[in-house]
Amino acid sequence: MRDEATRSKPPGMLEMERKYDVELVAVTKRYGSTVAVDCVSLRIPKASYTCLLGPSGCGKTSTLRMIAGHEGISDGDLLINDRNVTDLPPSARGTAMMFQNYALFPHLTCLDNVAFGPKMRGTAKAERHEMASQMLDLVQMADFAGRYPAQLSGGQQQRIALARALIMKPRVLLLDEPLSALDPFLRVKMREELKRLQRELAISFVHVTHAQDEAMALADLMVVMNGGRIVQAGTPRDIFERPTNAFVARFIGGHNVLPVDDGLVAVRADHCRLGPASMSQGLRGRISHIEYQGPHVRVSLAMPSGLEAAALIPDGEFHEHPVAPGEERSLVWQAEKAHGVAA
Amino acid sequence: MAIEPVRSNPIDSRPWTFYVLGALFFAFLAFLYGPMFVIYVLSFQGPEGGVTFPMVGVSLEWFRDIARKGQMANIPPAFGRSMALAALVSMLTVFMSVAGAMAFRRRFPGAGLIFYVVIASLVMPSLLVGFGIGLSFQFLGLQPSLFTSALGAQLTWTLPFGLLAMFAVINRFNRAWEEAATDLGATPFQRLRYVTLPILLPGILGVAISAFTLSYDEYARTTLTIGSHNTLPLEIYALISSATSPTLFAIGTLTTLVSLGLIVLAVTFVWQMDRQRHARRGNEVEAPGDA
Repeated sequence: MRDEATRSKPPGMLEMERKYDVELVAVTKRYGSTVAVDCVSLRIPKASYTCLLGPSGCGKTSTLRMIAGHEGISDGDLLINDRNVTDLPPSARGTAMMFQNYALFPHLTCLDNVAFGPKMRGTAKAERHEMASQMLDLVQMADFAGRYPAQLSGGQQQRIALARALIMKPRVLLLDEPLSALDPFLRVKMREELKRLQRELAISFVHVTHAQDEAMALADLMVVMNGGRIVQAGTPRDIFERPTNAFVARFIGGHNVLPVDDGLVAVRADHCRLGPASMSQGLRGRISHIEYQGPHVRVSLAMPSGLEAAALIPDGEFHEHPVAPGEERSLVWQAEKAHGVAA
Repeated sequence: MAIEPVRSNPIDSRPWTFYVLGALFFAFLAFLYGPMFVIYVLSFQGPEGGVTFPMVGVSLEWFRDIARKGQMANIPPAFGRSMALAALVSMLTVFMSVAGAMAFRRRFPGAGLIFYVVIASLVMPSLLVGFGIGLSFQFLGLQPSLFTSALGAQLTWTLPFGLLAMFAVINRFNRAWEEAATDLGATPFQRLRYVTLPILLPGILGVAISAFTLSYDEYARTTLTIGSHNTLPLEIYALISSATSPTLFAIGTLTTLVSLGLIVLAVTFVWQMDRQRHARRGNEVEAPGDA
């Protein structure tokens, strides 16, 4: 019944006008009495890069797996390409998933791994190997067609996993922590590549991560989750400039969440400076730690209340007025740089 | 130029317990393989020799004796029966323990109870299990025979063993492989056929070989359930009490070769498969992912 309601489009509506690749409508996941995902609604714009960001156990992976169809939806509806797919199996949804640690089939060569989807559909051998070769070209792994997964490095395995998912011609590619198994250098390189592929293929990527830098670098739409709910969604810049609550401000990093007369404010650490302890304004504390970070020096202050805050000071400025651990200082900021956040 | 005396670092030198435990281990090996080795050597006893040392020459006389008509006449058909039974036991054990181990991947009501009931037959006295089956057949008026009562008696031994072995095999199986197959459009049957079984194959072969050899030399459970035609171990046991010639040793050597050949075959197969999957990473082309 709900199928009918969502499938019927107003007369004259063109495919061009479709605005969303994925829509979650009050999607809920319950395991027994625990609620893993609590009434999440989200619209993922066409051909966009979305990152689901949050600490472990926040429901981001369950949400992704529900979109993929590997996890049943307890309540709510899921639309992909304007079609209600809530009760459809994974392969009928127009999604493809890249698993954490890739889940490449160890007994098949790279070529056969990539050709697996077409093989299940009954595509003839020559044709599916041709398709798979093209996919290997796309991810620059053509030279590795005859290798087995165990013979590849982490980065190479990831490319094979990408090719294996993309051969399904998905409208939405789902990626579960795709970069977490890679070393930091490779991670930055692969994330550029993911973004390039998403742009070139003009499909939507939904990427689950717990790393805020990864989400900021990749996302058109960044969705911060906590406790099974979406706490804030928007462009990375929106969220970084105006986190709406203390959790988001702390989780995305680079912010101090500070108590003021009428509640809490979030101030970016690079908008904070140190003043003399005798100042009447600001928050007084003792310098607990100094960290040189190249362009910046990060100075941590411990307040008498037990609160920790940090100022990110340009290195030139710091070295003109150096401070040392143990000294008392006031943390100050311009009033217009602070904005109130919910607790 | 002063030469420093070579001193052994106390951290690098082995404690005395190493040598004691090492000696114990070699004593154990000698105890394990020594008697078998004696039998293999004595099976090449000269024609004039007896069942003990010294060797009176070296010959293949006793191997020839197996094929001769006489008291050894029952050996070749007994061998055939043992092989046929072991093959069937092995197939049934593989089929049921793979299916069972896959079922136990999910928690289901009564899983714990069923598991213990299945495993319990491992600790039951084997002679009593055989006796019970023999008695039941008699009570039901059925004739005990190779592929009924003896097959059942052997399965009470190989099935729990196979199930436990399959648990260990399936423990290393990553469920994401199955999810990936589903994601790529495989039906449940395709998933089993093209992903689950091929990945489990080395472990399944191991279970098959174990079940085969367990059946091939089973004695206690089989002896009371076999009916009128003996398997090889039963036949040999009967001969031990009557015959006194090195022919017995020759039979021992041959049956060992059969078991060994089977194991070598299986290990080679698994090793080949493994080598293919993990072939050396020599002459690697510059990897784009590693640039």
